[in-house]
Amino acid sequence: MTRLSNAFAKAHPALVAFVTAGDPTPADTAAILDALVAGGADVIELGMPFTDPMADGPAIQAANIRSLGAGTRTADILSIAKAFRARHPETPLVLMGYANPMTIRGADWFAAAAKDAGVDGVICVDIPPEEDAALGPALRSAGIDLIRLATPTTDAARLPAVLDGASGFLYYVSVAGITGKQQAAQASIEDAVARLKAATDIPVAVGFGVRTPEQAAAIARVADGVVVGSAIVELVGAHGKDAPAPVRAYIETLSAAIRGARQEIAA
Amino acid sequence: MNAPNSFRAQPDETGHFGPFGGRYVAETLMPLILDLDKAWQAAKADPAFQAEFEDLLEHYVGRPSPLYHAERLTEALRENAPEGMGAQVWFKRDELNHTGAHKINNCIGQILLAMRMGKTRIIAETGAGQHGVATATVCARFGLPCVIYMGAKDIVRQQPNVFRMKLLGAEVRACESGSKSLKDAMNEAMRDWVANVHDTFYIIGTAAGPHPYPELVRDFQSVIGREARAQMLSRIDRLPDLLVAAIGGGSNAIGLFHPFLDDADVAMLGVEAAGHGLDKQHAASLAGGAPGILHGNKTYLLQDEDGQIDEAHSISAGLDYPGIGPEHSWLHSIGRVEYTSATDTEALDAFQLLCRTEGIIPALEPSHAIAAVARRAREMKRDQIILANLCGRGDKDIFTVAEALGVAI
Repeated sequence: MTRLSNAFAKAHPALVAFVTAGDPTPADTAAILDALVAGGADVIELGMPFTDPMADGPAIQAANIRSLGAGTRTADILSIAKAFRARHPETPLVLMGYANPMTIRGADWFAAAAKDAGVDGVICVDIPPEEDAALGPALRSAGIDLIRLATPTTDAARLPAVLDGASGFLYYVSVAGITGKQQAAQASIEDAVARLKAATDIPVAVGFGVRTPEQAAAIARVADGVVVGSAIVELVGAHGKDAPAPVRAYIETLSAAIRGARQEIAA
Repeated sequence: MNAPNSFRAQPDETGHFGPFGGRYVAETLMPLILDLDKAWQAAKADPAFQAEFEDLLEHYVGRPSPLYHAERLTEALRENAPEGMGAQVWFKRDELNHTGAHKINNCIGQILLAMRMGKTRIIAETGAGQHGVATATVCARFGLPCVIYMGAKDIVRQQPNVFRMKLLGAEVRACESGSKSLKDAMNEAMRDWVANVHDTFYIIGTAAGPHPYPELVRDFQSVIGREARAQMLSRIDRLPDLLVAAIGGGSNAIGLFHPFLDDADVAMLGVEAAGHGLDKQHAASLAGGAPGILHGNKTYLLQDEDGQIDEAHSISAGLDYPGIGPEHSWLHSIGRVEYTSATDTEALDAFQLLCRTEGIIPALEPSHAIAAVARRAREMKRDQIILANLCGRGDKDIFTVAEALGVAI
């Protein structure tokens, strides 16, 4: 069992919480991550800021700009991860970001550095299965899960290619679009999750546009995990270094909704 | 690296030019990119598609563009050359195309492909505005709605082209993020595309981006080199000794170079924008960058040691991009094409030189190529021939040039 598989084996679906590393400054991230865990997040997704976040909407773009403006370097992100691992030995940590910062020193360097920092998985937005050689083999030989993305445009013919080499969990991007904009219709999410779960044994988490406890609960009824990002990042944007308290309060509402959703099904 | 049998056989079927190129896009776009490749391979082999493309190039764009022997420029450069030196300078006149630049060649090809795929909405990014104008033009011609993404900084310095695009019925959306120039416009266009995959075709303006864009843009622009090669042979029964072209993303350069790549005696020189100087802010990705991944391809990029993209600078908005098309990175790595650079100041000097000696107002982009021509001509013998691509006309740049020269209009 890995930290990630444990997180998805709990009695409730996993709450996967995203924040951008170094936002508003590298020194502030630790307290925000602690607030996510205290509020009930089961998996932490730590965003690596990039100058050109092509798949992200305004909220996460702004977080990238704040972080890089505060001087966040790759070394800071790895330090944040390593310190988190020391404080939270059991909570899985996933790095999410873009190909260039991950591969600039070589995929092997990145995989080794991530392993040393206690990272469990990596999501790379712009390395599709067709370019797996740029990062996948290095991560797999370091024992780090490569978490693949499936989207509404991933059809049945293509799905096996996406699943080949995927591990940890499958991240279903429920909207063809950028982060934080709109949410998909519940019916389309349910259809997609059923289709994905029929094709793979790894857990399926659903994200993009998830904002309210009600949305989180609805997804939790059908999926193995719920990913929330932009809504948390907006709280960090609004509260800066004072973000931990409102972030924790917000995560508690999501966590309660997700646990409630599974109990409804059990009852 | 061993020399391949042909320099014209790239990319491979996965879109790689040696270690460069590829398809580094989000999963949402990947099925689309595969569809596009399938449609492109079919169109390429379809004589009806090629015939329609060529018909529009002739009757709508005004091709073939002239091949011109710039005798007064040649003489002016010989004045400062050593005895017996000073090569003949010839120009491929792609600034005489409809819309004033080479960009239209590619837009005609891509919109035909878009319609073939059943797409009903067009988006594009633009830097100097030439690609935006060319895209808006073909959208008006074929009656498709058009959204152009343009950096807020470029909108200010290219007002005439912004107005042209609006006249042509396009919606121009300002990008306020990052450096507010071409790369940010490309980010916004990709965000639009990913959210509108069902009906939207993205007309990329340069020979960069995910496969098959670098290949299809090159093939549409190769009309420049094919014409030039045939024109040279028919006019003087020989090939040029040196080809010169300016490079931002590199579409006019690859369009000129590609048909000559297997002519071993033809040397080639790509000219990047050195901005304020290579030791200061510039846009010369090969001279001052390193390989990395951005906008769907692996290529040379201006970036720091963490892989964060640096902001480029050039007086020419069309060259103000921190990357370069992947085929140029490959041609650079194998040494088939030589790459140099010209500063803002050198480009301004060359701009004025061409105005005065030939009665041609060039765009600031080819002014970089002319600056390199001026340097090289004096090192080459009088019977040698330089052919440079005059890829755009300078009407759009007169305000920028006036400001740089301290003239109030």
